[in-house]
Amino acid sequence: MVAETSSTKNISTLTLRVWRQAGPDKPGKFVNYQAKDLNPNMSLLEMLDVVNDELTLKGEEPIAFAHDCREGICGTCSLVIDGKPHGPHRGVASCQTYVRSFREGDVITIEPFRAKPFPVIKDLITERSAFDKIQQAGGFVSVRTGAAPDANSIPVPKDNAELAMDAAACIGCGACVAACKNASAMLFVAAKVSQFSLLPQGQPERDRRVLAMVGKMDELGFGSCTNQYECSAACPKTISHDFIARLNREYFAASLRSSFKPASLSTGGGA
Amino acid sequence: MAKLESKIPSGPLPQKWSNYKAESLKLVNPANKRKYEIIVVGAGLAGASAAATLAELGYKVKNFVYHDSPRRAHSIAAQGGINAAKNYQNDGDSVYRLFYDTIKGGDYRSREANVHRLAEVSVNIIDQCVAQGVPFAREYGGLLANRSFGGAQVSRTFYARGQTGQQLLLGAYSALSKMVGAGGVELFPNEEVSDLVLVDGQAKGIITRNLNTGEIRRWAADAVVLATGGYGNVFNLSTYARQSHATAIWRAYKRGACFGNPCYTQIHPTCIPVSGDYQSKLTLMSESLRNDGRIWVPKKKEDAKKDPNSIPEEDRDYYLERIYPSFGNLAPRDVSSRAAMRMCDEGRGVGPTGLGVYLDFSDAIKRLGEDGVRERYGNLFDIYHEITDENGYKTPMRIFPAVHYTMGGLWVDYNLMSNVPGLFVLGEANFSDHGANRLGASALMQGLADGYFVIPYTIGNYLATQKPGSRPSADRPEFKLAEDGVRDVANRLLGNNGKETVASFHKRLGNIMWKYCGMARTKEGLEKALQEIPALRKEFWANVKVPGDGVSINQSLERATRVADFLELGELMCRDALTREESCGGHFREEYQYPDGECKRDDEKFGHVAAWEYQGDGKEPLRNVEALNYEFVKMSVRSYK
Repeated sequence: MVAETSSTKNISTLTLRVWRQAGPDKPGKFVNYQAKDLNPNMSLLEMLDVVNDELTLKGEEPIAFAHDCREGICGTCSLVIDGKPHGPHRGVASCQTYVRSFREGDVITIEPFRAKPFPVIKDLITERSAFDKIQQAGGFVSVRTGAAPDANSIPVPKDNAELAMDAAACIGCGACVAACKNASAMLFVAAKVSQFSLLPQGQPERDRRVLAMVGKMDELGFGSCTNQYECSAACPKTISHDFIARLNREYFAASLRSSFKPASLSTGGGA
Repeated sequence: MAKLESKIPSGPLPQKWSNYKAESLKLVNPANKRKYEIIVVGAGLAGASAAATLAELGYKVKNFVYHDSPRRAHSIAAQGGINAAKNYQNDGDSVYRLFYDTIKGGDYRSREANVHRLAEVSVNIIDQCVAQGVPFAREYGGLLANRSFGGAQVSRTFYARGQTGQQLLLGAYSALSKMVGAGGVELFPNEEVSDLVLVDGQAKGIITRNLNTGEIRRWAADAVVLATGGYGNVFNLSTYARQSHATAIWRAYKRGACFGNPCYTQIHPTCIPVSGDYQSKLTLMSESLRNDGRIWVPKKKEDAKKDPNSIPEEDRDYYLERIYPSFGNLAPRDVSSRAAMRMCDEGRGVGPTGLGVYLDFSDAIKRLGEDGVRERYGNLFDIYHEITDENGYKTPMRIFPAVHYTMGGLWVDYNLMSNVPGLFVLGEANFSDHGANRLGASALMQGLADGYFVIPYTIGNYLATQKPGSRPSADRPEFKLAEDGVRDVANRLLGNNGKETVASFHKRLGNIMWKYCGMARTKEGLEKALQEIPALRKEFWANVKVPGDGVSINQSLERATRVADFLELGELMCRDALTREESCGGHFREEYQYPDGECKRDDEKFGHVAAWEYQGDGKEPLRNVEALNYEFVKMSVRSYK
């Protein structure tokens, strides 16, 4: 998960082939830029900052790219570098990829995440609210503020807690979708569904949650899964595709149970 | 002159909050709640928890975030943990002890009643998060695990690996998502709040600018809640996210909301050192690492450049353990940061720049094994390796202090309401609970306390005084005036035919702030800053170059409007630091220290909150004062020895 690189490399120039697109309905194209006087310890985003300063002073429009925390946790940055979402190294986001990963004079291609449910807004920035819509469909435990019992009254086996945490580490960046040839969001949905299915708190809504989230995922135009695992390879948090297997089991079981579950005949009344 | 009434309820400290809720707070009838619209700005820990809870209660909530999703808020990056007085560890913790540690940690510059309430609700926060499915660390029996954090001698911090902020934010985000899906919250992503609108002296709306289209819009509400985070980005280099900014609270300040203690900034002792001029941020290495890591510098100056693994034990100065034996490596942040500075000033700093100290895990690895250390802190070692290309398991990490948090913020009363009626401020954006220094693992606690357990009660107290349906229309002239103002600023910046980038101005401001208003401040330095910042501001407006247009994404314009506000806020911070002639917590004036280098407070002259009031551009602000009366805690010299 950790990059094997040398920090004593002498890299000072790279050629960047960057996707430029003025707006969502405008055509896009690749444009070449020279990134000069680089320090091998710069992150790719810091390199783009420097390129953008030069463009600004030359009177050209800087390259728009999404970024925020610059430490691999917020999920904002979303670059495809030489065809790989987040670049060549496993387990890191675009902001954690450094100039030292490349060689002097390399040509690097930088594009936005490409998927139908993630339309490009400008240059390297895409619209990813589809992910929020999936969470709004069921990625939660319905507990009102203030209604919770004492925290230690819900024991959780340590192994389940650890596995739930592995799943919960998803940063919602969408690299999984970008890496998948079908633009499937299975890994993203699997992460959230798995977290809750492994915890006692998630049990009451277990079936409703998985059916609703998968349904929303399909509705929003994400593709189907053909078990190639490009998603987990691209994931900056190395979320395991085992969670997709878990999601499939959850979905199957929930579908079966919903066919047989007796529904209450009462149609109303009460507060 | 603003009227500052803290509205602290009377009665014995441990009963103030519960009696207030039961007897004094006005309620809004359940059927009436849906007639009120509340705007919540921000969806970090404080904003998301507030928006979700207010919607659960039945209020109509509009939640504005400048990100593309609420889950991007910088709360996501908090690492080490959240404090609560559960005493699950059976080591002597209690609500009183958490309260006392926090008051003392704040160097006796915060409000007793607010802090006690914080300690009281801390236990409810953990309950709520667990119920939401936040995957906290567990012990083998299935119950919650704890670790220790700075400034405490009990183990009261709950955590999820080194990603606690992420998991707590995702918990609040899940509650928010639930309410968005249910229709109780209308979510507006990609909207930056550019101004606050007052009608008849009350906060009744906002102006937003859409960051994708440039469209400027007006929104009216019955009350406005700002949960917009801290202003540490005024230093340019900090642990903050690049987009974090202070525009919402700065606009509120210019509309009359007093700004409390702006000079109380926190410098975190353990961050990865700067490696170059292009650097865009400083990365935090969680304080939780100080549970097991030992901080040292070489005893001899000539050893500073040597390979640390070649320096024998007897030549290592574990200076925190030496100077502060009771707290050792877990001395609070301000104390630890200044100690690191002193070691570097003595010429014993390590790393290529000489601005660094070692955080060494070799003893912990001997005790727990490398796997044991990995289990507790895994992702933090990975982050360190990514950035420095060094292996923290084999060679000591290099760390150095960096700007991390701001204790100052908009002044609020016991109800978390500003002196501007109808304006509520939550989380890091307000000034209230941490005094002059925040303890580790308490920011997460405060954000969620404000959002889950305080504002849902106290906002009702205000709304009960506002007739349902009395919300003003966004067609009113006050809204149009504010909207025009926002448009004018954007157009002015876009039309400026300057020659210097926004990034360059931000760097220059950051250098001035770090040099004169950073870890150690002097009268001379602050006066210089008060000359240099206005001059830089003038240069900015004359010479900043903002490319592009105002009708599509324009990240230069975004940054320009934010830096314009920082160029004013920075000046206020220096003015506040200059007038506070004492040292306390994160505010260290070299002229006011004890011989051993510790803070020298002047409780008689400065045992108060400085709440600054805007008087107009170019005019000196007014310094209002709220006296801090300690009825229950005895103010003492804050020692961690």
